[in-house]
Amino acid sequence: MGLLDYFRSRTPNTSSASVAKERLQILVAHERSERNKPDYLPRLQRDLLEVVRRYVHVDDNAITVTMEEDGNHEVLELNIVLPEEAAAAPKPKPRQRSHPRR
Amino acid sequence: MSRIIVVTSGKGGVGKTTTSAAFAMGLAMKGYKTAVIDFDVGLRNLDLIMGCERRVVYDFVNVINGEATLNQALIRDKRRDNLSILPASQTRDKESLTQEGVERVLNELSETFEYIVCDSPAGIERGATLAMYFADDAVVVTNPEVSSVRDSDRMLGILASKSRRAEQGLEPIKEYLLLTRYSPERVRLGEMLSVADVQDILSLHLLGVIPESKSVLSASNSGTPVTLDEKSDAGQAYRDVVRRYLGERVPHRFVEEEKKGLFSRLFGG
Ligand SMILES: Nc1ncnc2c1ncn2[C@@H]1O[C@H](COP(=O)(O)OP(=O)(O)OP(=O)(O)O)[C@@H](O)[C@H]1O
Ligand SMILES: [Mg+2]
Repeated sequence: MGLLDYFRSRTPNTSSASVAKERLQILVAHERSERNKPDYLPRLQRDLLEVVRRYVHVDDNAITVTMEEDGNHEVLELNIVLPEEAAAAPKPKPRQRSHPRR
Repeated sequence: MSRIIVVTSGKGGVGKTTTSAAFAMGLAMKGYKTAVIDFDVGLRNLDLIMGCERRVVYDFVNVINGEATLNQALIRDKRRDNLSILPASQTRDKESLTQEGVERVLNELSETFEYIVCDSPAGIERGATLAMYFADDAVVVTNPEVSSVRDSDRMLGILASKSRRAEQGLEPIKEYLLLTRYSPERVRLGEMLSVADVQDILSLHLLGVIPESKSVLSASNSGTPVTLDEKSDAGQAYRDVVRRYLGERVPHRFVEEEKKGLFSRLFGG
């Protein structure tokens, strides 16, 4: 190997291998979190949307259901974002209380 | 009691069949009664790598369908009589491999053999999922390359959820990383993921590192599992892998480049 290679090998952080590693770490972490989700989540999300809409009109993407691992138990997190005008809209029966949790 | 080992990867062409042949031969060389099964229905190749392609009469699917007995289909290795090969079928009907059929054949093999090595096809279709379903141990063959590492991680997810052990809540499959086609020089140049990089990402127990080696091609040319080639670096690496699998403590080799002096490091050599 030549002199240039020697110095190149001294700066491993910009090497193509370290770029590969970084990309893989991000991708694998993401795919693992997706993988652990139960497969009923999309259906649950659709059903919840339907129920909420009986009371207040929310967008298709106003509801997110996520499953997260927290130590040794799993947390199912339901997030509903009510529209701005929901408060002003005709009062639903019974009053639905729902807060975004984050 | 026999142990079922699946050699799997997700990605194609990473060295599963090479590994299955070398590993099964290595176990047989250690004296264990070993069977190696080709699960690649439609793309039979293990017979060729094992050098017994001209002795195939019946295959795995014939046994499942009751068209032949297991003994009729098993091919006894000419070099080691404690090693047998069950070839894959060349049928294009992938449905011919059934879970019940595979289970029956594995149960029957367990009566005679101490180790059963399952050579998985690439992908996540039936052949691959059935090859791993009944496994006790999994050798995840990975190349130091992004798509192979990603697919290996995917297979780990399937091993952990879609296997018999997972479904029945038994002790999980033991998973081992086998890094193959490794080139220490390219790692040093920053062109290739290192063993440590791959381990950081997959967090698996490292069974061994098989170097990129010309001897693998010549072994396949002649139908000799590379483990039998004493002079080959890959053959030696596979022997080490077998010893480690059997519980011996064997230091990893072929991870570093051959030692060179500073002079040649600086000015090429
Ligand atoms: N350590 C190695 N050094 C050099 N070449 C190798 C090495 N391991 C495997 N190969 C080569 O890579 C190619 C693919 O190997 P092999 O058939 O074992 O892969 P596979 O994972 O079984 O493929 P498939 O997914 O198609 O079943 C072959 O040509 C083989 O000779
Ligand atoms: Mg193969």
